[in-house]
Amino acid sequence: MTQPAAATGDRAPIRVVLAKLGLDGHDRGLKVVARMLRDAGMEVIYLGLRQTTDTVIAAVEQEDADVIGLSMHNAGHLALATRILQALDDEGLDVPVIIGGIVPEEDVDALVAMGISAVLHPGASAVEVAEAVRGSLGDRSVRD
Amino acid sequence: MSGVPVDPVYGDGPLPGEFPYTRGIYPEMYRSRLWTMRMFAGFGTAVDTNGRFQEILRHGGTGLSTAFDMPTLMGRDSDDEVWSAGEVGRAGVAVDTLADMEDLFADIDLGSVSTSMTINGPAVVALAQYIAVADKTGVDRAALSGTIQNDILKEYQAQKEYIFPPRPSMRIVTDMMRFTTAEMPRWHPVSISGYHIREAGSTAAQELGFTLANGFAYVEAAQAAGLDVDDFAGRLSFFFNSHSDFFEEIGKYRAARRIWATWMRQRYGAASERSLMCRFHTQTAGVSLTAQQPEINIARVALQALAGALGGTQSLHTDAYDEALALPTEKAARIALRTQQIVAHETGVANVADPLGGSAYVEWMTDEMERRAAEIFDHLLELGGGSILEGVYEGIDNGYFVGQIADSAYRFEREVNDGTRIIVGVNAFTEGDDGEKNLLRIEQDTEDLQLKRLAAVKQQRGDAAVRGTLEAVRRAAQDPEANLMPPVIDAVKAYATEGEICDALADVFGRYTEPAIV
Repeated sequence: MTQPAAATGDRAPIRVVLAKLGLDGHDRGLKVVARMLRDAGMEVIYLGLRQTTDTVIAAVEQEDADVIGLSMHNAGHLALATRILQALDDEGLDVPVIIGGIVPEEDVDALVAMGISAVLHPGASAVEVAEAVRGSLGDRSVRD
Repeated sequence: MSGVPVDPVYGDGPLPGEFPYTRGIYPEMYRSRLWTMRMFAGFGTAVDTNGRFQEILRHGGTGLSTAFDMPTLMGRDSDDEVWSAGEVGRAGVAVDTLADMEDLFADIDLGSVSTSMTINGPAVVALAQYIAVADKTGVDRAALSGTIQNDILKEYQAQKEYIFPPRPSMRIVTDMMRFTTAEMPRWHPVSISGYHIREAGSTAAQELGFTLANGFAYVEAAQAAGLDVDDFAGRLSFFFNSHSDFFEEIGKYRAARRIWATWMRQRYGAASERSLMCRFHTQTAGVSLTAQQPEINIARVALQALAGALGGTQSLHTDAYDEALALPTEKAARIALRTQQIVAHETGVANVADPLGGSAYVEWMTDEMERRAAEIFDHLLELGGGSILEGVYEGIDNGYFVGQIADSAYRFEREVNDGTRIIVGVNAFTEGDDGEKNLLRIEQDTEDLQLKRLAAVKQQRGDAAVRGTLEAVRRAAQDPEANLMPPVIDAVKAYATEGEICDALADVFGRYTEPAIV
């Protein structure tokens, strides 16, 4: 599942786990984002549909991922975000989470306050997507 | 406006209503019968949605269209803690047991309405529940009229709401076709849907080619199960998308009718005229709606609805302008309905059948769509060794469909990104975005209420009857000669849950997980 990434000089490429939590099957956006990030030189661990917080956390640990990207189209973002952040906390993992998909503007602040690094809406450009991932790392170093 | 009398149709043959129906399936099209304005609804508990249904019927509607929530669409009960928590009643109505279906259609005469149910993986359970409501309220099964989407093939290709692997799923579909052919002559057992293929990112030509190929696959499966083509093909119907490239969409609809009629007659030996007619529902493209400047989506929807009407659709759902942000508010849904009423009653496009027929460009586009679809059929025939059905199975297994769709989606996105494709409000003309504050929200108390309803049903039902009927479902699943419908109806009447029945089927059939292909 791990996709080879273009070399980016001395720095190790950023490794991003992409998944959809829950039952929603809209995976068009997530697949486009996977290709955008690959084109931006990142490594994508694409888990795809019907993932749980457990499978996402397991992938983050196994793959030493730097960032988690979750796609949501079913109005369940507040509940699912709470769950993934709690699970990361329980495991003592400091990995930023980005949410993409259909999220009303008024929920963005709540998600950010909760600890979500960024929220990407439909129509986000390749540059915006890559910037959101890089920006989410802040001063964290990329894990080797 | 100026009172010029116009004929029902212009040009030379083949005319609308004549083989191969390129110009429409009826001689006078909307003059004789306007398209049906069928709007999709469903939210919260069955009682909530029943209220919306009653309102639609009070306002003169004769057709109902049911949206189920995600757990129901995936064969999971509302009390499934792993999969359902947070999703109950959100994107549609929650239906766990027959008790919910009874409440959903309470005080509605199933013998006089036509009902569409958009459900695929667990469609056998939903249809059994609907039949059980009719049985219990004394409505003859033969009087039931409606459609169940039940197009499982496109689930593996695009929408991803599957439960079991493709082959046992097709056995369920053919069991349902056989059952409805025998007992429910007014019921449409499969609505072959390109809509979701397009939403997932395909081009118009891919939507056309994949959808008709799926249609041929159902015909081949039913023929292999011993059904006569003219006994069921007249009750197959289609569901297409209407996206923004106006003439491409119109060419697509015209090509769909011509291809279906030609293949049904030549390859599958259909003789009855109804078997040759590609009847379809159209919905405007949800994926084309923008979260930016959402009000301008009203204009997009109007143009897409016009393409559907000029393309000769039999029914139409127009999307609400706020759907890129949330489920539609009542106001947004009403504007969407008013939009197609304007197309129907103010523009005059309904006065003449196939008004664009004979345009050099439209005829060329129709031919081009047909040619591109034929390339897809050739590829699938090659994959399947001469069988479209086997080719579709192979294309699901080897990632052909999902790969083609993902390639097209990415190409579209790159064109938007580099500005070669203009999306107003997204990559051009972006000033003036005030956002949209008025959004529909489903509160958590819906889920709590549904959990209480389900617990009450489980307490009142007879556990021995549930166990016995579920065992009968398992036995029928193991016997390829048996039809699954009767034992599933029995289980439903014992108030077995949708999740329990799907679990029993999964014990025999297994569950499908797709390969994670980017």
